[in-house]
Amino acid sequence: MHLNDDERRIADGAEGPAAAMAMRLVAETGRLLGARRLLPIASAHVDGCLYHGDSGTYFAERLATDGGHVVVPTTLNVGALDLLHPERVKGDAHHREMSLRMMRAYEQLGCRPTWTCAPYQAGHRPAKGSDVAWGESNAVAFCNSVLGARTNRYGDFLDVACALVGRAPDYGLHRPENRRATVVVDASGLSAALCNADVFYPVLGTWLGAEIGAEVAAIVGLPPGQSEDRLKALGAAAASAGAVGLFHVVGSTPEASTLAQATQEGTTRTIRLTGEMVRTARDRLSTAGDGAVDCIALGSPHFSEAEVAALRRLAAGKRFRIPVYVCTRRDLVEKSDLSDLEAAGAVIVVDTCVVVTPILPVSGGTLMTNSGKFAHYGPANLGYDVVYGSLEDCVASAVAGRVVREERVWQ
Amino acid sequence: MTKLAGEALVAGHGAGPILRIDHPISFWGGVDPKTARISDPRHPRHGERLTGRVVAIAELRGSSSSSAVLLELIHAGIAPAAILLRETDAILALGALVAREMGYGDLAMVKMSQRDFSLLSEGRHAHVEGPRVALD
Repeated sequence: MHLNDDERRIADGAEGPAAAMAMRLVAETGRLLGARRLLPIASAHVDGCLYHGDSGTYFAERLATDGGHVVVPTTLNVGALDLLHPERVKGDAHHREMSLRMMRAYEQLGCRPTWTCAPYQAGHRPAKGSDVAWGESNAVAFCNSVLGARTNRYGDFLDVACALVGRAPDYGLHRPENRRATVVVDASGLSAALCNADVFYPVLGTWLGAEIGAEVAAIVGLPPGQSEDRLKALGAAAASAGAVGLFHVVGSTPEASTLAQATQEGTTRTIRLTGEMVRTARDRLSTAGDGAVDCIALGSPHFSEAEVAALRRLAAGKRFRIPVYVCTRRDLVEKSDLSDLEAAGAVIVVDTCVVVTPILPVSGGTLMTNSGKFAHYGPANLGYDVVYGSLEDCVASAVAGRVVREERVWQ
Repeated sequence: MTKLAGEALVAGHGAGPILRIDHPISFWGGVDPKTARISDPRHPRHGERLTGRVVAIAELRGSSSSSAVLLELIHAGIAPAAILLRETDAILALGALVAREMGYGDLAMVKMSQRDFSLLSEGRHAHVEGPRVALD
């Protein structure tokens, strides 16, 4: 690992102890990864602001008291509190205090208090081909795959360390040759109805994460021009089920106008998806079957304007029998009137989400979701059973007070 | 005694019985930072406690917050004795690097070859010192 004069000067403390510690962490991680140098970055997205325990708060406060300040535009992922609706979080006083201290420390470092796992839908959209340092697995997958900006999966601490020094190790997905698809996933054998259903995409992501992992896949056989929200759902599920940092969807993502572009004309192997493979992946997302349901959780990643609009259309004139938690960005809530959804029985959650923060009743039960990521993490993080279904299924179930699922699309 | 050597991702030393985890695991959402137990009910080693064991992990997956969970385990004094990996994992290594920067102590993390990793059988006592791993 070679540090240039400027980087060495920072590591030696010329810009203060926080920048020095940050540079050491970036350089040490780069060495581990076999990087030979650091790259300048255009922006950062910090996932480290979610409270997992006191140690993370102490780390952020150490950087802040040591005079740290980010040197590139930096957004913040979710925290462990809903700052607009603090009464919704059930954590004890210690949890609340330490979470708030942590969130404030990251603000003090100069990060933008966006508090969202979908920063790319809150105006943070780095240019195609630019190098950035992003954390949060879904945001990383989206940034690489859908925006075509280049980032590795920067974990907590490294994300803010990169932001404080404006550098990241030159390795992995920063290098064009590593962005090449080595496996082709052929969806052309699946029904058109399935490929045109939103509910398919988190399932495809779950399959991709579990079967392909950190390899780069090019998915072919899907209708071109897939929506940003479908690609977001695919990536979030893939990055929950496996170490997926980049995928290409030929005809939909910016480095895959053609299959040849996605594979950089190199050799690949091909996997043909069958209906049975897809149904098996779908079934992995549920730990409960049809029957009682206690709540609905939507918005992992945070719901977009289009997803909120779709929910509104489905919920118009309806009344939910069970709570429907809608996790979304504060900037969306601040510019929208969501009183119709709240009147129907929706609970709007911002700055955080129900899987990382204690918001649901502790009694447990069954949660239904259209999110592959919620379905993946729900059982371990919440102690709830999970039923996976489409947004339409979720709304129908909320109205009926029991699981209602449309099976036809899967046949 | 079997003497193995890997690549020291994070220098340190530790010893204990091996806990072998073959099924992919995410520390975030898969390990409870308060108890150090594997908390994902779908994981085959659900309920196993990492504390004091030389944890051999075949494949890591999932969230980029796993480093925070490892830092919390180290800070709380309930970390594994050492971690042996088959692949370099920067996210997990970072948790140990930050622990060192913060003065919480050193947790040895070693990347093993495929062949050596296969020798890490459950329950066998392992001593880790820098890149070296000795099995009783």
